[in-house]
Amino acid sequence: MPLVLEKRAERSVAIAVASPLAATALTLVTMTLLFAIMGINPITALDVYFLEPLTDSYSLEEIAVKATPLVMIAVGLSLCYIANIWNIGAEGQFIAGAVAGSSVAVHTLGTGAGSWVLPVMLLLGAAGGALYALIPAVCKVRFGASEILTSLMLVYVADLGMDYLVRGPWRDPHGLNFPTTGDFDPVATVPTLIEGSRLHAGSILALVVVILVAVMLGRTIMGFEIRLVGTAPKAARFSGFSADKLVLSTFAVSGALAGLAGIIEVAGPIGHLDPGVSTGYGFTAIIVAFLGRLNPVGILIAGLFLALTFIGGEAAQISLKVPRDLTNVFQGILLFYVLACDSMIVYRVRLVGTPRKALHADH
Amino acid sequence: MSNVLSNAVQTGASPAKPLLSAIGISKRYGDFLANDSIDLDLQPAEIHALLGENGAGKSTLVKIIYGLIQPSGGELRWKGRKIALAGPSEARAFGIGMVFQHFSLFENLTVAENVALGLPPSQPFAAMSARLAETSRVYGLPLDPKREVWRLSVGERQRIEIVRALMQNPELLILDEPTAVLTPQEADQLFIVLRRLKDEGRAILYISHKLEEVKRLCDTATILRGGKKVATCDPRQESAASLARMMVGANVGQVKTQSRHAPAVPRLVIHRLSLEPDDSHGTRLDNVSLEVKGGEIMGIAGVAGNGQDELFAALSGERSLSAEGAIVIDGQAAGRMGVNRRRRIGAAFVPEERLGHGTAPRMKLSENALLTGHAASGMVKKGFIDRPATLASVDDTTKAFDVRKAKRDPEAVSLSGGNLQKFVVGREILRDPGVLVVSQPTWGVDAGATAIIRQALIDLAARGSAVLVISQDLDELAEVADRIAVMFRGKLSPPLDAAQATRETLGLLMGGAGLEGADAGRSELFPAGKEARHAAGP
Repeated sequence: MPLVLEKRAERSVAIAVASPLAATALTLVTMTLLFAIMGINPITALDVYFLEPLTDSYSLEEIAVKATPLVMIAVGLSLCYIANIWNIGAEGQFIAGAVAGSSVAVHTLGTGAGSWVLPVMLLLGAAGGALYALIPAVCKVRFGASEILTSLMLVYVADLGMDYLVRGPWRDPHGLNFPTTGDFDPVATVPTLIEGSRLHAGSILALVVVILVAVMLGRTIMGFEIRLVGTAPKAARFSGFSADKLVLSTFAVSGALAGLAGIIEVAGPIGHLDPGVSTGYGFTAIIVAFLGRLNPVGILIAGLFLALTFIGGEAAQISLKVPRDLTNVFQGILLFYVLACDSMIVYRVRLVGTPRKALHADH
Repeated sequence: MSNVLSNAVQTGASPAKPLLSAIGISKRYGDFLANDSIDLDLQPAEIHALLGENGAGKSTLVKIIYGLIQPSGGELRWKGRKIALAGPSEARAFGIGMVFQHFSLFENLTVAENVALGLPPSQPFAAMSARLAETSRVYGLPLDPKREVWRLSVGERQRIEIVRALMQNPELLILDEPTAVLTPQEADQLFIVLRRLKDEGRAILYISHKLEEVKRLCDTATILRGGKKVATCDPRQESAASLARMMVGANVGQVKTQSRHAPAVPRLVIHRLSLEPDDSHGTRLDNVSLEVKGGEIMGIAGVAGNGQDELFAALSGERSLSAEGAIVIDGQAAGRMGVNRRRRIGAAFVPEERLGHGTAPRMKLSENALLTGHAASGMVKKGFIDRPATLASVDDTTKAFDVRKAKRDPEAVSLSGGNLQKFVVGREILRDPGVLVVSQPTWGVDAGATAIIRQALIDLAARGSAVLVISQDLDELAEVADRIAVMFRGKLSPPLDAAQATRETLGLLMGGAGLEGADAGRSELFPAGKEARHAAGP
C-alpha cells in the first residue's frame, strides 16, 4: 500500500518539540543494531559513548572545548537556514578565519609584541571568515549561482590554501619539516579558564554569541527580517526587505562566526596552525543547527550533545577498538533522522486507501 | 453525443425522482461542524444554485458530493440508490463532474495534453484530441488543442476545465464560482453553454455568492449558513435583498455613499509609466497615465492578467522604476522610492493575495502588523520591536474592523478569508494614509466583511484621501468608485465617470474592443503605444 505525505492544516507543536528527541532515540536504536552487527555488546558501547564521558571532569571540560566551535558556527548557520539561504561552506570559512588570524601570530612570533596581538587575531579571524563567505554570497546575488555548490566547493579551496601555507611560507623552521607553524606566543593564545585545563575563554564567547543571537532573532527588526524572508519571501518584499541584502548579510555574519571559531580553535586548544586544525567542525555544525531546531538555545544543547559523541567516539576507539569513522556514521544517521522527523511537523504520513475519517479524529 | 445522454434525458422525464439526493449530510472537524445534516435534491435538467457566505459549508458539501471528502454522517443517493464515494474517480464513474474555482492546469503544456492528463489513460492521444475538438465545437467552447495554456486567457482556461469535465459525459456538473474570473460578456457566453447542458437533461450545481447571477440563471437555490441549510427556494421569485438576508441571517449593511468633498488636488499621479514584466508570462505596462484626486475613489477594471499585478508592484514600489517622475505621491516624485519610503510619505498598499503577500501565513497577527508598520508606525525603537505596540495595533484593527479570531494573537493562516482581509485592509486604513492602493479588496470574502471593507474605503476617501481600487468585480467598482478606468494588455483607458459607465461599455473595454478593429472612435479609449501608432500610420 503506497504511502503519501500530506500537508497538515497547522504545524504540530507537539511534534516540533518531540522531533529532536525522537530522532535521537531512533539514532540510538540504529546504533545499537550497528554495534550488535559489529559483534560489540551494545550496552557496553552505549555506556562508553554516552555515559562515561559525563563521569569525569576532564571529559566534561573536553566536551565544552569541542562544543565551543560547533555552537559558534551553528548559531551563524542557523541565521542563513532560517532565511532559506544555504551556506554549506562553514568549514571553509572556519579555515579562512584560522588562516587570517594566524597570519598575525606567525609574523609576530618571537618578536615580543604586546597584548594587542590576540584581539587583532580575533578581529582578523572574523573578517577573514566573513570575506570568504561573501564570495558565494556575491556569486548568488550577481550571477544567480547556487550557494550550496559554491560555498561547498570553496571549502576545498580553503583547505588546500592552508595546506600550502603551513607546508611553505609559514612552516616552522625548527619544526623538523612537519607541516605546521611554530607554537604561538602567549600573547597570541586564548587564555584558559582553569589552570592546567584546555577549557578556554572562547567557550564564554560562544555563550555570549548564543545570547546575542537569541535576542536578535526574537526581539529586533533584523531578526524579524530574517524570519520573514525565510517563511514568506513575497511578503518580505512587500515589507520592504531586500532578499539580496539578506543573502550578503547572513553569509557575512555566519562566515564571521565560523572564522572566529576557527581562530579561537587555533589560538586556543591547538596553539599553532596545522592541516588538522578542523576535524570537520563546519560540517558537523550543520547537524548541530538542525538538531537544535535553528534556535540558539537549542543549538547550545545540540552542540554539547554532538561534542559528547566526539569524546565518546575517542573513548570507544581506545576501549572498544572501533574506527573513528563510526562517529561520522553516527552523526550522519542522526542528521538523517532529524530531517525525517522534522518533516512530520508540517506533513503527516497516510496510507493511500485509508479512510480519512480516522485521521480527522485527532483534530 | 445524444445517444450517450439518453439515460439522463429519460430520468429527466420524471422530475419526482431526483438524480442525486444528499440526506442529512454532516461533516465534523473536531468541535467544528462544517456541514450540519444538510438535505439537498438535485433534479435532472435543473440548474441548482448553492448560495452561502464564505465558511457557510458550500465547499465542504460539494467536495463530499464529488468524493473528495468522506461525510461524518448522512448518505448520498444516486438515482435513488445509496452510494459511497471513496474518491473523485468513483464520482466521475457515476457521472459527476466538477469544475474548480482554481484551475489545475500545467501552463507549459498544450490544451490537449492538459485534458489527457485529467482523463483515464485508456484512449490514444490522437483520438482523445479529436474528441476534445469535437466537444468544444459542439458546445460552442472554442479551443485550439495544440495551444499552450500560458498563452490563454482565464476564460479560455476555464473552457478547458469545462470541456474536460464534459468529455466524461457527466449527468451532474458542479461549478465552483465560475464567473469570478470572467468579463460580463464571457459570463454571458458561459450561461448559454450551461442552459444548453440543462436542455440536454443534465443537472448543474452552481456555487456562487453573486445574487443577480443566480436569479438570472438558476431554477432552484439552496442557501447555506453556518453549515446548515437555511432554505431551498426559487431564486427568480426572490429579491436579491431577500436572498442576501437568508445568506447572512440579518439585513446586510448597505454601503453608504458619503457626500464627497469636491475633488481637490491630485494626490496620486501616474505619468507615462512603462515597465517590462519581470517574467516571460507577465504583462508589459505600456504608457499608463492616471490622476487620483484627494476625496476620490478611482477604480481600475479589467480581466486578471492584463497588467494589474505589474501596476500594483510599480505603485507599491516592490518594483522600482527608472523614471522618478512616473509616480508622484502627494507632490513627491516617488518612482525610485522603495515601498517603505512610500509608506513614510503617507501611502499604503493592500495586495491581492492575502496569504503570502499581504501577510506571512505562519506568523502571528502582531508580526503581520509589523510587516507593513515597521517603517512608519513607531513599532520599532532603535532596532528593537515594541511588542506591546504591535499587539495594540492588532487590538485596534480587531475592534475597528470586527476581526473574528480564536485568540488575541493567532497565526494569520488560522483566520477565515473574510476576517483576514478585514485585518489586512484595516491595518492600512488605521494608519490614515493619504494615498491607498488596494487590489481586489473583497476577493472571495463574505458579504458581511465585504460591506465593512467597502464602507471603510468610502469613509477614507471622504476624509480626503486618494483611493485606487484595482478590481475584477464590476459590481464592486460600481458601488465604490467615482471614476473607472479599464486595463487591457498593459494599457489603461482614460477614466470614465462611474455614473455613466455601463456594464456593456466596460465589458467591451475589458475585452479589448477599444484596441482591435477599425473603429477609430473607440481606439482612442486606449492611448496607443508605438506599435499601434505605426500600424495606423500611412
